[in-house]
Amino acid sequence: MTHTLTPDAPLADSEISLARALLQMMIRVRVLEEGIERHFLAGEIPGFAHLSIGQEAVAAGVCAALRRDDYIASTHRGHGHTLAKGTAMRAMVAELFARADGMCRGKGGSMHIADFSIGMLGANGVVAGGFGLVAGAALAARLRKTDQVAVCFFGDGATNRGPFHENLNLAAIWNLPALFVLENNHYASTTETSETMKIEDVAIRADGYGIPSQIVDGFDALAVYYAAGEAVERARRGEGPTFIECKTYRVRGHYIGDPERYRTKGEVEAHKSDDPIVRLQARLGPTLSQQEFEELWGTAKSEFADALAFARASAQPETGEAFRGAYEGDRDPETPHGAFAVREEAAFAPFFTEVPSAGTGSAH
Amino acid sequence: MARTISFTEATLEAMREEMRRDPMVFLMGEDIAKQGGIFGQFKGLPDEFGIERVRDTPISEAALVGAGVGAALAGMRPVVDMHFADFITCSMDELVNQAAKLRYMFGEQCTVPLTLRAPDGITKSAGAQHSQSLENWFVHTPGLEVVIPANARDAKGLLKSAIRSNNPTLYFEHKALFPRKGEVPDDEDFLIPIGKAETMREGGDAAIITYGITVGRALEAAETLERDERIAVRVVNLRSVWPLDYAAIADAVAATHRVVVAHEAVRVGGVGGEIAAFIAEHCFDDLDAPVIRLGAAHVPVPFAPVLQEAMYPKAPAIAAACRDLVRKVR
Repeated sequence: MTHTLTPDAPLADSEISLARALLQMMIRVRVLEEGIERHFLAGEIPGFAHLSIGQEAVAAGVCAALRRDDYIASTHRGHGHTLAKGTAMRAMVAELFARADGMCRGKGGSMHIADFSIGMLGANGVVAGGFGLVAGAALAARLRKTDQVAVCFFGDGATNRGPFHENLNLAAIWNLPALFVLENNHYASTTETSETMKIEDVAIRADGYGIPSQIVDGFDALAVYYAAGEAVERARRGEGPTFIECKTYRVRGHYIGDPERYRTKGEVEAHKSDDPIVRLQARLGPTLSQQEFEELWGTAKSEFADALAFARASAQPETGEAFRGAYEGDRDPETPHGAFAVREEAAFAPFFTEVPSAGTGSAH
Repeated sequence: MARTISFTEATLEAMREEMRRDPMVFLMGEDIAKQGGIFGQFKGLPDEFGIERVRDTPISEAALVGAGVGAALAGMRPVVDMHFADFITCSMDELVNQAAKLRYMFGEQCTVPLTLRAPDGITKSAGAQHSQSLENWFVHTPGLEVVIPANARDAKGLLKSAIRSNNPTLYFEHKALFPRKGEVPDDEDFLIPIGKAETMREGGDAAIITYGITVGRALEAAETLERDERIAVRVVNLRSVWPLDYAAIADAVAATHRVVVAHEAVRVGGVGGEIAAFIAEHCFDDLDAPVIRLGAAHVPVPFAPVLQEAMYPKAPAIAAACRDLVRKVR
């Protein structure tokens, strides 16, 4: 296990364009998350939504080290990972708005966004749900002899579940091209990590499976990028999985609407200086003018405004869609699945009622 | 042309043919490569396909099924062996929340062509944790297909169809069926379509609707009734319990007006209840008597042979149920 908690050193010239790209991605994620928060609270987004504000450096840093054909699996807090992997904001926002043009046809929502065109194997409503998917995708890459890698994003809470342990072991013994990227934001839902495990550094759990690990400053997008890049290269060379623990902090509640009874405002305030966007802007210093910095925000805001307009203009899914899509074949009434879908739809069709196009905005 | 081979050999033929046909098919499970499977059902496969495609794994059911789903999402056709069907319980999230949901939840961006092989059923005093038939849980879970062979022919045709299916498919194979011999067609493209029942025996006095190992018990009951009492019983082998062949069920009711539904799984809350309810809802006018449901008692499977043999339906109980139905209206 190696520690690379780097102080914010000045950037080398060769790092400037990379740092700007990372900053731009983090700003896009921040604008997206803040937009989702606003429109969730306005009642336009049904269901639950979990924000990654404060954790953007992990998504941006890791995904910058990946190719389009590499795989990622995300968590219930997955908007940032998905955007950073390369998805279009339009399809994601339309999905959150539960519209027919959403990336999952309005059947997934925030916790189940996915974009297979860029190897994004889905956000996951089950904590630790991504480990098996990543082990399997990495195994597929091995069996097909491609040099793709698969990355699992997960939180500290997931490391107390069985699939974490089973799949780390599997990835280790099979030398799978996988990255296990822990976003240690110090809370498992609403319970502080100190109450749910006896150890400070979760990375020592990787040692137990023979997987090399690194602990990085999760507010430092460049540090994350370098750690991920090294791990990706190892995986592509066939040298097996790596575990990266990113120490970060969840600035917002567990979900939008969380009353946050488990922590003080002061604790959240104390993390203000850790803001990964503020930190990277400071490091770029005079190489990024204030006007350029504002342009990055302006561009991201325009992108979100465009996605929002797209989502609002998109139709609700047809009610018949509720009965189709679980099985290949269920759109064809000649197949057993299709015939049954017709029966199920017919049983409910007389009772279809209009549903307002937005959710109630209530939290769970 | 057909040959007589064992159920095990039929599954091996299916595996060999599908692995030759499609390089994306691979197999993983505990004790399968070196040991050849605890029932010998994988013997010789590593010799032909190597230990990359026939993989021994740790005892990590959640990882096996989870990685099976992940590999399927990434374009492979994994076949995962559960060792004993009872151990599916250790991978329920992977099966119920992941495999079954992803295609629907992700708006059909993906398919999950995963096959799960699960040796199940009561045999040889295996006890409460190695004897269950759990298919009804998965019939109740939208997104999964569930097939259950009754003989060597089914074993081959259904396994090949399961592997080729782009939907996640559970293949429950009764442990006591492995050594049993039966006729299997020679044709390499012999497939049994998922969702299609087969009428194994004609008869107009009553119908037994069943699947899996209970098909053999039903046939035995039907033969006894025909020989000793001239009661002619139709036997319907469902082969798939999801999707269910509701048309074949309705046909059996229309043709016989008296129905026994039988399986080895626990009767209460079982697949038989769904079939009986379907008949009540859709075929009531065709019935001359209430449907009789037979299944295991609502208790764990006991160890002592005398107790084990006392708690699930075999040929005499099935014959008695048919006899009761026929007498009611004669």
